[in-house]
Amino acid sequence: MRRHSPLLPWLLVLPTAMGVALFTLYPMIATAYRSLFKQNQAVRIPRFVGLDNYANLAGDDVFREVLKNTAVFVAFTVPFSVILALLFAIFLNRKLRGIGIYRSAFFYPTVLPMVSAAAIWLFLYTPNFGLVNDATSALGLGRPNWLGTPNLVLPALIVMAIWKQTGYFMLFYLAGLQNLPTEVFEAAALDGASWWVQLRSITVPLLSGTTLFVTTIAAVNSIQMVDQIYVMTQGGPSNASNLLLYHIYETAFRFRNLGEANAATVILVLFLLVFTVTNFVVSDRRAQYSA
Amino acid sequence: MTDTNPTLSKGLSRRHFLAGSAGAAAAALLAACGGSEIATTVATVVPTTVTGAATQAAPTVAAAVATVSSAATSAAPSVNAAVTTVSGAATTAAPTVAAAATTLTGAATVAAPTVNAAASTVSSAATRVGGATIELSFFYPTAASGPIVPIINGYVDDFNKKNTGIKVTPTYAGGYTDVYTKVQTTIDGGGTPPDTAVLLSTDLYALKDADYIVPFDEYLKDPAFIGDFYDAFMLNSKDSGKVYGIPFQRSTPVLYYNKDMFKEAGLNPDQPPKTWAEMVDMSKKLTKPDGSRWGVEIPSDGFPYWVFQGMAIGNGKNYVDDTGTKLFLNDPAVVQALQSWVDIGQKDKVGPNSIVIWATTPPDFTGGKTAMAWHTTGSLSNILQTAKFNVGVGFLPGLKQNGAPTGGGNFYLFKKTPKEKQAAAFEFIKYMSSPETQARWTVDSGYVAARKSAWDQTALKDYTAKNPQALVARDQLQFAQREFSTHSGPQVQKVFGDELQAALTLKKTPQQAMDDAQKNADNILKQFR
Repeated sequence: MRRHSPLLPWLLVLPTAMGVALFTLYPMIATAYRSLFKQNQAVRIPRFVGLDNYANLAGDDVFREVLKNTAVFVAFTVPFSVILALLFAIFLNRKLRGIGIYRSAFFYPTVLPMVSAAAIWLFLYTPNFGLVNDATSALGLGRPNWLGTPNLVLPALIVMAIWKQTGYFMLFYLAGLQNLPTEVFEAAALDGASWWVQLRSITVPLLSGTTLFVTTIAAVNSIQMVDQIYVMTQGGPSNASNLLLYHIYETAFRFRNLGEANAATVILVLFLLVFTVTNFVVSDRRAQYSA
Repeated sequence: MTDTNPTLSKGLSRRHFLAGSAGAAAAALLAACGGSEIATTVATVVPTTVTGAATQAAPTVAAAVATVSSAATSAAPSVNAAVTTVSGAATTAAPTVAAAATTLTGAATVAAPTVNAAASTVSSAATRVGGATIELSFFYPTAASGPIVPIINGYVDDFNKKNTGIKVTPTYAGGYTDVYTKVQTTIDGGGTPPDTAVLLSTDLYALKDADYIVPFDEYLKDPAFIGDFYDAFMLNSKDSGKVYGIPFQRSTPVLYYNKDMFKEAGLNPDQPPKTWAEMVDMSKKLTKPDGSRWGVEIPSDGFPYWVFQGMAIGNGKNYVDDTGTKLFLNDPAVVQALQSWVDIGQKDKVGPNSIVIWATTPPDFTGGKTAMAWHTTGSLSNILQTAKFNVGVGFLPGLKQNGAPTGGGNFYLFKKTPKEKQAAAFEFIKYMSSPETQARWTVDSGYVAARKSAWDQTALKDYTAKNPQALVARDQLQFAQREFSTHSGPQVQKVFGDELQAALTLKKTPQQAMDDAQKNADNILKQFR
């Protein structure tokens, strides 16, 4: 058998490596580099300022509020949508008449473009006319202005985000459930294990591989959600619904403060990196993968 | 090799899974970095001036977005792609949102103007390129309720039918911010901007600081032309003695009131409140205790810095100077005006105590959810058509005096547009701001005809005889002052608007909010002093 040139493996990965270098590594390094320069509407030619942009961000009340909002948004959106997705999947993983209809009903929000979904929810949340207000007032809870009250706006957006992405995660769990070995459940049932015990001791542990994947995607997803803020609140009232990616967008494209936008982007990338790596390291020890 | 070893198979699939998830995470990361990539590539492209793109060949709008210089080839596509996603989202959203709030007929249809290819008359100013029709692209926003898009496209059609050798392709490009962002990203990305666009009159400093625009002065040979525009509208259209904006879609906020409700509450339907105190008193009589009807709604999302200016000027203090570098946000008169606004919802309880949405204020008013509303005069025609009751319009009631800002959009010329196209664009702008078109514009939309002679046009005279409400905004111009316009405008507007909302939702006291606003705005503006 003829020996291949030692260069061949390198040549084979070259196209991918180039793609990664060009579209992932270069932008990341360039962003980090440019975050050391001041460039805004007053300073049009970039000027080196060291870590000034980061110092400005550290002292910026708005940026701190944005970080806090993002943390709250992720902390509520991810667990709720993942748990709901698992429950929906278990509920829909059985032989029912018209199961396809139920499954598509739960999956439907995922198919909608975010902007359309946001427009629909904007209308649902509208004070005076909105459906949500009609419901709350029928229940005697008054007619709160969901998007116009600082304490209500983030919860309102979180509910919408959960609605939007749960169906997507449910799909992964459904696939995972259908790959589970049935004999384990049969054995457990013979031993008299209740539904709850089976769920806790068999289903959830066996699905931990899926859960690892889903939580990672869910976290990244929820940090990337920006369209609905653009459509529904523009970060208001008074930054109560301003999230990191939207803030970066505004800083870069509306305020033309490119230096600070780059610095904020570096922080976002680091945040995602730390989250993803931690999630893998922590979960990998326990995760089960079905063959 | 057939793999029968279960351990190996497990290991393999496990590795695959990890690789797959890592790949997905990397892809997600890359997508998340989209923002960074945009920011960085834009930075790369900024210094690149493109001359190749600005050739004589008339590019269409689509081409304008796609055209990139060779120097910027690697960077620009990603910029364009990314921007299309963001702003595309906005454009799709705008009609849907508006449709949710009001009825928007055919807003999405951009009528392709037909043009006579064998145009015979050649306008003197607009010389043809190689005997062919000069094609111009024109971007415009909407910010008022009602079918503004078909109205503007109709005017453009009429201009194209005049056979001046110029063919204008109008593009409805979203809200004011969307149009601004599109122009900005196109220019910074090395593309060709539209040949003319309507942007906020207050964007002047931002556009000038970025070196995007040129003054109109070389085309303004006739002093009577500019002299015919209302002075109030020219305040924000000039800088250092040069004219940078031609008023088109100009407005001022006014007070709308429901005459039938006034009658029902025992108030004189021909007497709108003249002062703030009167407005509050009347509102108390008009508010229904069960929460089904407010006395007055004053919008506070979107651009609260604009609406609030009417209150501050009405209390004797305009908070912007005429260099765009100094603000007086924590002046006692301004703080007092803000306190009065907060009180509407919190103390007097005659309006909502949360943020009032700009876009739903007209439907709230026409749907009888509020007896009075502050809104732009640009919504007048739509309100008159939609309301099933008698609509009254009054000056903004002031705390001490009458006062209002002006608002709305001007035509701008871009530096990157070649000279002969600039001249052609000016012909189009002249048509759009002519007394005839401006008179039609007031009738169709409610925006204030920006030229004095427009009000002598028969069409407008007949209309105001029937709808005297349309005269209120024009007459209010005598009390109008310079609109809030500064360097780094969008950012200053945002820090100020944030603090106004913080006070309105009781996160801060008016004094504290305005102190913070002044501090934050000074931090930005000191760079320009």
